Amino acid sequence: MPHDHHDHDHFHHEGMSPSGHPYRADNDGPLTYWQRMEIAIRELLIEKGQLTPAEISGQIDAMDARSPANGAAVVARAWVDPAFKARLLSDAASASREMGFDIGPLNLIAVENTPQTHNLIVCTLCSCYPRNLLGLPPDWYKTREYRSRAVREPRAVLQEFGLDLPDTVTVRVHDSTADMRYIVLPAQPEGSEDMTEAELADLVTRDSMIGTGLPRQP
Amino acid sequence: MSDWNGRRWHDMGGQAAGPVPMDGHDFALWEKRVDALMVLCGQKGLFTVDGLRRALEDMGEDAFDTMSYYERWVAAVNQNLLETGAYSIEELGTRMDEIATRGPTYAEAQNG
Repeated sequence: MPHDHHDHDHFHHEGMSPSGHPYRADNDGPLTYWQRMEIAIRELLIEKGQLTPAEISGQIDAMDARSPANGAAVVARAWVDPAFKARLLSDAASASREMGFDIGPLNLIAVENTPQTHNLIVCTLCSCYPRNLLGLPPDWYKTREYRSRAVREPRAVLQEFGLDLPDTVTVRVHDSTADMRYIVLPAQPEGSEDMTEAELADLVTRDSMIGTGLPRQP
Repeated sequence: MSDWNGRRWHDMGGQAAGPVPMDGHDFALWEKRVDALMVLCGQKGLFTVDGLRRALEDMGEDAFDTMSYYERWVAAVNQNLLETGAYSIEELGTRMDEIATRGPTYAEAQNG
């Protein structure tokens, strides 16, 4: 077992990293050309006074601290607090900042799933993703297959994720840009009305905030 | 190029493609450092995300198919830093050669 399982944090699945990705089998392969380039750039920028080692490690710490748990907390707050939900849907960046999440200068738009509408996010041109609320994107989000097909045949793509939506549900696909990111506000599962905000957050999966999944059932 | 469809390679939305590969990986330290370099260089005004995108898109489709995500990113970060004069190509080459002598793995060469 790579690390202890923490029951209170459902994003730390066994065999998965804190950012929700499978661990690499081995990080100590032969030194590559591109790794040498990274080392060289970092050292040169530090020597020339452009960056400090502390800034780089601090940025990595901040990156590691961002996980889908951040987005899940925002979603759960929206489920229990209608006024917050209204603020989230009108300006997701400032509503997220209310909860202490650093969104940076981005425009962030929350799109709400309803019984009639299911939302899906993609970045067809590159890999734009609400990383401040969800952490770094999963590899599939950056693949040619997802980027190409999500806007062409979203229902077929969703079926590959195990999501078979009835024809009565409209699927809306949102194509992100470097300056404008989306996050899906999933519908609150039936039967969860009496749960606490923290319990609700545990129902919210990463994929439910991308639109390739639904929240867990209580 | 009479058969050009008006798209550059990265503009792949709506194209036909196969099943979505579901396998993933956690990020290696060197990849996180590339990401951190991009974010910090942006914050310090050395270049912008648009500059990163331009360099990535100019690499062409071959790079997309043969290099990993953060390999493309480090190449694009380097391109922008060379253009802005943060260091010279000679400094880069000399340093990369020196790094190669430090050891056979990233762990030995990283100087972190």
